[in-house]
Amino acid sequence: MDRYEAVIGLEVHVELKTKTKLFCGCSTEFGQAPNTQVCPVCLGLPGSTGVLNKKAVELAARAGLALNCQINTDTWFDRKNYYYPDLPKGFQITQVFQPIAVQGYLDIKAEDRDKRVNINRVHIEEDPGKLVHASGSIMTSRASFVDYNRSGVPLVEIVSEPELRSGAEAKAYLEKLKAILEYTGVSDVKMEEGSLRCDANISVRPSGSAILGAKAEIKNMNSFRAVQRAIEYEVERQIEVLEEGDSVTQETRTWDESQGITMAMRSKEDVDYRCFIEQEIAPVELTADWVENMRATIPELPDARRRRLVDEHGLPDYDAGVITSSLSLAEFFEATLEKYEDAKKISNWIMGELLRLLNARGMELGESKVTPGGLASLLQLIDKGTISNKMGKKVFAVMFQEGREPQQIVKEKGLSQISDVDRLAEIIAEVIGKNPKPVADFQSGKEQAIGFLVGQVMKATKGQANPGAVNSMLRERLAK
Amino acid sequence: MDLHTLPVYRLSELMARKEVSSEEITRAHLECINRTEDRVKAMVTVTAEAALDQARAVDDRRAAGEELSSLAGVPMAIIDNICTMGVKTTCASHMLYNFIPPYDAEVVSRLKDTGAILMGKCNMDEFSIGPADEERGPQAPASRSDGGAAAVAAGEAAFVLGADTEGSLRQSAARCGVIGLKPTYGRVSRYGLISYASSLDQIGPLVRDMQDLALVLNAICGHDARDSTAAAVKVPDYRKCLINDVRGLKVGLPLEYLAHVEPQSAAVVRQAADRLAELGAICREVSMPHTAYALPAHYIISAAEASSNLARYDGVRYGFRVDDEDVQGMFSKSRGRGFGRAVKTRIMLGTYVLSAANYDDYYVKALKTRTLVQQDFERVFEKCDCLLAPTGSGIACCDPAADLSATCDVAANLAGLPSLSLPFGLVDGLPVGLQFMARHFDEEVLLRVGYTWQENTKHKNKP
Repeated sequence: MDRYEAVIGLEVHVELKTKTKLFCGCSTEFGQAPNTQVCPVCLGLPGSTGVLNKKAVELAARAGLALNCQINTDTWFDRKNYYYPDLPKGFQITQVFQPIAVQGYLDIKAEDRDKRVNINRVHIEEDPGKLVHASGSIMTSRASFVDYNRSGVPLVEIVSEPELRSGAEAKAYLEKLKAILEYTGVSDVKMEEGSLRCDANISVRPSGSAILGAKAEIKNMNSFRAVQRAIEYEVERQIEVLEEGDSVTQETRTWDESQGITMAMRSKEDVDYRCFIEQEIAPVELTADWVENMRATIPELPDARRRRLVDEHGLPDYDAGVITSSLSLAEFFEATLEKYEDAKKISNWIMGELLRLLNARGMELGESKVTPGGLASLLQLIDKGTISNKMGKKVFAVMFQEGREPQQIVKEKGLSQISDVDRLAEIIAEVIGKNPKPVADFQSGKEQAIGFLVGQVMKATKGQANPGAVNSMLRERLAK
Repeated sequence: MDLHTLPVYRLSELMARKEVSSEEITRAHLECINRTEDRVKAMVTVTAEAALDQARAVDDRRAAGEELSSLAGVPMAIIDNICTMGVKTTCASHMLYNFIPPYDAEVVSRLKDTGAILMGKCNMDEFSIGPADEERGPQAPASRSDGGAAAVAAGEAAFVLGADTEGSLRQSAARCGVIGLKPTYGRVSRYGLISYASSLDQIGPLVRDMQDLALVLNAICGHDARDSTAAAVKVPDYRKCLINDVRGLKVGLPLEYLAHVEPQSAAVVRQAADRLAELGAICREVSMPHTAYALPAHYIISAAEASSNLARYDGVRYGFRVDDEDVQGMFSKSRGRGFGRAVKTRIMLGTYVLSAANYDDYYVKALKTRTLVQQDFERVFEKCDCLLAPTGSGIACCDPAADLSATCDVAANLAGLPSLSLPFGLVDGLPVGLQFMARHFDEEVLLRVGYTWQENTKHKNKP
């Protein structure tokens, strides 16, 4: 048994999928020119007052319900006071005392173990703006700029209890959380656009101890993989510190992806945010009926869908897990299944070719051109023997890129298998004539020699022959 | 005819009968400003040219036969913590010496829609908190806490929109012998009112006649989609509330209020109660036991909210900035030099009461006290239609900070109630105010009692 135990809690910030900001009508669209999506409210100009975006409350409640939380029907906003140039009012409007959702949980599977991770709270808050440093880094820049497009964009912060014990568990937690938020339409959950951000609080303690050690908060992790690596690194680092008889410093550390290490950023003194109730935004009063209506909008979640794919369609649990990890994949799978009945074959193609191409190009499913109907037709062409499995992969790559129907691609590129028996017989005769030695070997009982001959026929047909058919025709000819 | 001394409703009648033009009225007020401003110091910005342009535009519309609002062509001024698009809005602070809002406050755009003429911006205490420091140089205007009331009293504007967080609007009305109303919290949109203490701040009119009060209220009251605290409560036609009849009206005299003021002020209130009783009101003494705690609770809450509301003045985006080596230096130097001493003291106090170590002892206790004060009101309003009390600082020219009589004014802010200050007349040669408070959103009873008082006491001298 390990001598030390890691204690890990995650704080995940997720941008809510609203068209407008939390307290004003400015657009939340990502990637626009700096300071073009601003108004007196999100710039915090003197005298401006905001009005709460109802859609944000709905989405936050939905996130809470999907994470098995209790919804506080009597909820309100608070101010967290601190100074930073990206914070236009000198305080952030957030929920400190009575968050919209509390006491939930999330079931994960990591390192082959099922685990329930409790969720402390889900609260709504506004995003600050963004600092842009003239030369990229705050340390070397002579000037910094502030882009307030992001200021006031609605977020939920989802805070787990410190119940995670490893980087792998943290990664599994994030993957499940991402899937749930995607399924419920709460967020785009795009880490690269910053619509999902994660900080990790990490401490270690001797195994069996109930006392929490000093913790480090790790920031700047830009992928789930980075979260896992950063946690693994940090846990090892803290154990080494303890082993050397030192004590861990309570501090904020930053993850350096290129070096694969965490580095001290600032000491984490207890900052006094002087939180108090926000008076300019009216409190939110939700009714039990409203909550039930929200609950009714929660779609089938990943775990339920996974069980259904196993039970109804006989998919292996592993396949079902991969496919339901993303709403778009699951939808793609089920749409294909409406037109083609072999679930396992579909799952093989999705997990094989589709995910391979998506990962290789760093694309989202929505960015590829392939359709469920297209995949179904392709599988039918293979079943009929029009094309080989191998050809099918080439056709699929074209469908992925260009989105045309597989029949059309097969025809245009002349990819269909040579099913003309006379033409094939000619080629086979030619191959037999050119390869007397392997022919003799086969006829003298060396079974494996047939493989070589099949290969030669396939080569001569540029792969357009059906290998099975070639095999049986060859045997027929050589038996004569 | 001295146009600048006439009430709004009279000016409106004269313009409707085309006896005078808005341009003439505006000029009369501008001349008054030119004549008296050196002495009165009621204004921090005068927009003479724009005012005359607006006046001529109203005259043109009237000449073209357009049907216009009662406020069309009437000169108004706005306190300098209410945003006016394109016109400097400084809160009488060096911190905002150059701030020109890119938008109008909701009340300003509603008044502009009526065709009222903006004469300029009125002087005030720095951020309504306290006098601005003298030594901050020429960019800083010399603050005068009661600029709005003084402008109305002097005839520099026919009416003014002021703001009331701790009674300043009502106190200044009392000191200057004019009428001031702090409406119910939520009755008037606060969009564009630069926050001092968000849960207490309220915009209200300063006028010379109860009829004018009704006209201005009609223009500014009601729900605003941009201010979530502006309630969607139906707004009556306040002109119809001008009823010269208080028979059967139950008026409470809170004993604890009378105990917080000079004996002369208490005597004034009793005298006023006798007069109202003669007119048929039923006046009775009531007790509001938590009155004494209103002032400290208000002081803590307003300081706490101010410390947060004034955090945005950091030199980054607008206003006064002192450049420095790093951003922390810029923050602290900009704030250190931009704010006056009274404001900085208030920010320090607010930061103190919100700090984790003091939060429960001060801020939470103040909030609980606030609830007790509100409950006092709820109890007396079961038996009374309105309350009669002195306007704080009843004997003018006292130091309000050192004056416990402010207790009389802050309670209405704490409870969010409507409160009207009426001129009583002169006591020992100084103007004195009477205060009437009513239930939430019951400005109607205040207009009724105020109008009755006005119509039956016209013989009194006005300063």
